[in-house]
Amino acid sequence: MAELAVDKHVKYILAVEKNKDSFESVVMDHLRMNGAYWGLTALDLLGKLDSVNVDEVISWILKCQHESGGFSGNIGHDPHILYTLSAVQVLALFNKLDVLDIDKVATYITGLQNEDGSFSGDMWGEVDTRFSYIAICCLSILCCLGKINVEKAVSYILSCKNLDGGFGCTPGGESHAGQIFCCVGALALTGSLHYVDKDLLGWWLCERQVKSGGLNGRPEKLPDVCYSWWVLSSLIMIDRVHWIDKEKLVKFILDCQDVENGGISDRPDDAVDVYHTYFGVAGLSLLNYPGLKAIDPAYALPVDVVNRIFFSG
Amino acid sequence: MHGRPRKAPKPEDEAASSAKAQKLRALQTQFFSFHHNKIYTKEAVELSAKLLEINPESYTAWNYRKLAVEHYLNLPDCNPDSIKSVLDDELRVVENALRQNFKSYGAWHHRKWVLSKGHSSIDNELRLLDKFQKADSRNFHAWNYRRFVAESMKRSEQDELKYTEDMIYANFSNYSAWHNRSVLLSALFDKKAEGFLLKEKVLPEEYEFIHQAIFTDPDDQSGWFYHLWLLDQTVTTDSPLLASSWPGHGSDVLLVGDRCYNGSAFSPFSALHSDSGSFPIVLYFNQPVRGVNSSTVTVECGFNKNEDLLWKPLSASNSQTARVWVAHLKVSSSDLHSTVEVSVGHTKGIISTRGFEYSHPSMLSFKVHVQPMERDSSQVSVAESISLREENFKVYGKQSEESIIDSFDQLIIKNGHETTASNWRFEALAKEIECFRELLSLVDCKIGKLTLARLLKAYDAMSYPFANKLVHSEEVLELYSDLMKLDRTHYQFYKDERSIVLLQKYKDSVSSAICGPICLRLNNLSLSRMGAFEKLLWVQMLDLSHNELQSIEGLEAMQLLSCLSLRNNKLRSLTALEPLRKLKLLRILDISYNQIGDHSIDTTRYVCSSPLSHSVGSELNRDETVTSDVALINNWEAFYIFKDFNLNQLDIVGNTIADEKFKSVLVKIMPKLKQLDGKLLD
Repeated sequence: MAELAVDKHVKYILAVEKNKDSFESVVMDHLRMNGAYWGLTALDLLGKLDSVNVDEVISWILKCQHESGGFSGNIGHDPHILYTLSAVQVLALFNKLDVLDIDKVATYITGLQNEDGSFSGDMWGEVDTRFSYIAICCLSILCCLGKINVEKAVSYILSCKNLDGGFGCTPGGESHAGQIFCCVGALALTGSLHYVDKDLLGWWLCERQVKSGGLNGRPEKLPDVCYSWWVLSSLIMIDRVHWIDKEKLVKFILDCQDVENGGISDRPDDAVDVYHTYFGVAGLSLLNYPGLKAIDPAYALPVDVVNRIFFSG
Repeated sequence: MHGRPRKAPKPEDEAASSAKAQKLRALQTQFFSFHHNKIYTKEAVELSAKLLEINPESYTAWNYRKLAVEHYLNLPDCNPDSIKSVLDDELRVVENALRQNFKSYGAWHHRKWVLSKGHSSIDNELRLLDKFQKADSRNFHAWNYRRFVAESMKRSEQDELKYTEDMIYANFSNYSAWHNRSVLLSALFDKKAEGFLLKEKVLPEEYEFIHQAIFTDPDDQSGWFYHLWLLDQTVTTDSPLLASSWPGHGSDVLLVGDRCYNGSAFSPFSALHSDSGSFPIVLYFNQPVRGVNSSTVTVECGFNKNEDLLWKPLSASNSQTARVWVAHLKVSSSDLHSTVEVSVGHTKGIISTRGFEYSHPSMLSFKVHVQPMERDSSQVSVAESISLREENFKVYGKQSEESIIDSFDQLIIKNGHETTASNWRFEALAKEIECFRELLSLVDCKIGKLTLARLLKAYDAMSYPFANKLVHSEEVLELYSDLMKLDRTHYQFYKDERSIVLLQKYKDSVSSAICGPICLRLNNLSLSRMGAFEKLLWVQMLDLSHNELQSIEGLEAMQLLSCLSLRNNKLRSLTALEPLRKLKLLRILDISYNQIGDHSIDTTRYVCSSPLSHSVGSELNRDETVTSDVALINNWEAFYIFKDFNLNQLDIVGNTIADEKFKSVLVKIMPKLKQLDGKLLD
């Protein structure tokens, strides 16, 4: 079986961070904050977070914060809840949450909760359970979850539960592994997992594993490394991960590596990117791959980072 | 980011990419200048359209366009025509963007936003959707948008149902269409719409429909989950029912103090050791409910009505919803014999999570006998140093086989009202069983075996209290064994299902302590999962050693447990012991020779109550003596799990975590512990 080419992946991630001139890079300009989270968390899991210049990163992050308290995807762009979470997660990685005015960030997020408990992504009102997860995860990291109406947030998420046990982006929306991760994660963080029918959802999730050993995101779709995170972390949170063949999945992820140039792709022999590199490494961490730091399935941050937030003096 | 083949970068490619990148950057810089300076001229807005055509994911450009539209709509000289032109422009830009990437969240939301301005024709939208859904019938953005449009147009569920039918006939392998169908049907059932009042009329047609999908290509998953939903609709009663209880109706409970039981008149199944003169009443429902309290469940003991009984839900964290509820009843020591009557649901208030009321009031009645105290208190305390090893017990004799079966099943409540009403359910199940047997005779397929196993289980469960036997369990066990070989990827899933079936039919192996309660022996059965709790509520001593349990989910229902062995199993973390926190009578626990400490990933981290899931109070009652010596950050699992335990005896040897340091932490967290790994503590 192939091995994880740790050094190549570290080099790849650092190179992506520096390369701002390719077309791919410019096209992803608006979500650089997400990219920072993917790249840096992957580096931390690989034990190489110290390869980056912390001060540079933090200074850039703070330049992305707006008056409203929210963060944008990059300098010049508008604020959005998506990038606010990534910003907070990156600061947590570096144990630098104290550079934040926590009330300011909390105010931005609480302002996005709607009457029915759902969350909008920004002032323009798009509603999606992804944003519910983001709000709950972000405020949990900042230790002020109580600032939103948790009960209503949970009841909105439950209104998106489907008859197959999964969750969609809005009520009636088809079950999709990404949405399931967000909803199960949000329910986990709010002590509400008992609302999940673990056997029903567990079966739906374990049937994402196809013959090649990879996982797809919904029935009759192609496997993709990113589902090694969305599906796997969901299975772990509901304690049903033993229902898939973990070894086969490890092999699939390792087959998606570009062992010459570094990086991981969605499927074997496809182009690599930092998004799939992160999800591949995070997936391997959840599968107990040796040499990787353990990652928390709900906060999507290394376990030692999460424990530091909740259990130190 | 998805589906692009890996290519070695060639210099010409890099140069071209660099040129494109520079062009896009220039466009972006210009765009930012307009956006930050709030410039909404025609040229500026046109530029943003160019940007979005190249990169529909540039979300700030969509925001800018919304600001531009609002700017125009607020101009003093705007009129219906100019407004229409502005909004039509937006719709055109969205269409172009969707052609680039029909999965763009930004584009779809912008379209919704434009329509909400109220000036555009929504009829167009169905036509647009049709185009997109023909191009990709699984595009969930399109389906979501379709639901949004259908609602705005007030299209009926019946019309939309017809649409799903058309999509499915075009291609059975359309999970999205089946999903939408389930949403629509569900709504029609809930509304009790005309033509959808009787499930027994609607479901047979749906079964016919889904058979076509499954039988055409049994390996295609699209129909599997819809079929499972149909099965659930066939089998599940809407209103919650009481499935089982302890004490059982008509039983005799003997409360003995903290010493040997000497009863010959009473079955050892119902002798409960209780130092406090109180005992639990456990109610086990067929689905999670809320609203169990002293108004909805009344308890009369002798001539006294217990009005202050506190009913607690056995669920994680602060949830007020649970399948199992418990209250503790204290009997006065002067009343040696009392009759207790428990009335469930005579007052409204018990409601299932789906919102259905408990509608069939039931009553349980049992007798409580208190064994009088003996003057000689030098007898061996049963609570001291119990070892569950075989030689300390005598095996319960064959002559008592009947009472064993009685005890397992006595607790099951026979809900008589169900028989006559459910004939259509039996018929539907019988027909499905026949269909799937036929499928399996033609194709040896996984879905065939799995569905047949589920159907047979459902049939048995529905007929159970009356049939007194689970007719199909042998066949079901064999189907799961077949599946474990046929679909090795999901081996553990079938093994877990099989374990539960095994427990449901298990009747043997009970042994009685020489002077103590019954120990139920479920060891060496290759159990990977526990279940059948509704039959096991009476158990005080349980031997689950030498199995393959990596979870004890559901064990919190066994409220009478005082003695539990999980020796030689596959428990992987302390958090897996969460269900035991609710067992207030547990005194002896053996978790030796498991895998606690071996694994870096904890799969029960979020089903345990801890600050991580915001399911403990923020005012942590941190015992000073614990946290002064013990770094909470390294031992939080031990702290949160064990701090509420009331154990006398614990065995933990054979787990990687159980070094001397850890054992001393445990002793600090559980000061009342008398024995650890066979060693007496001071």
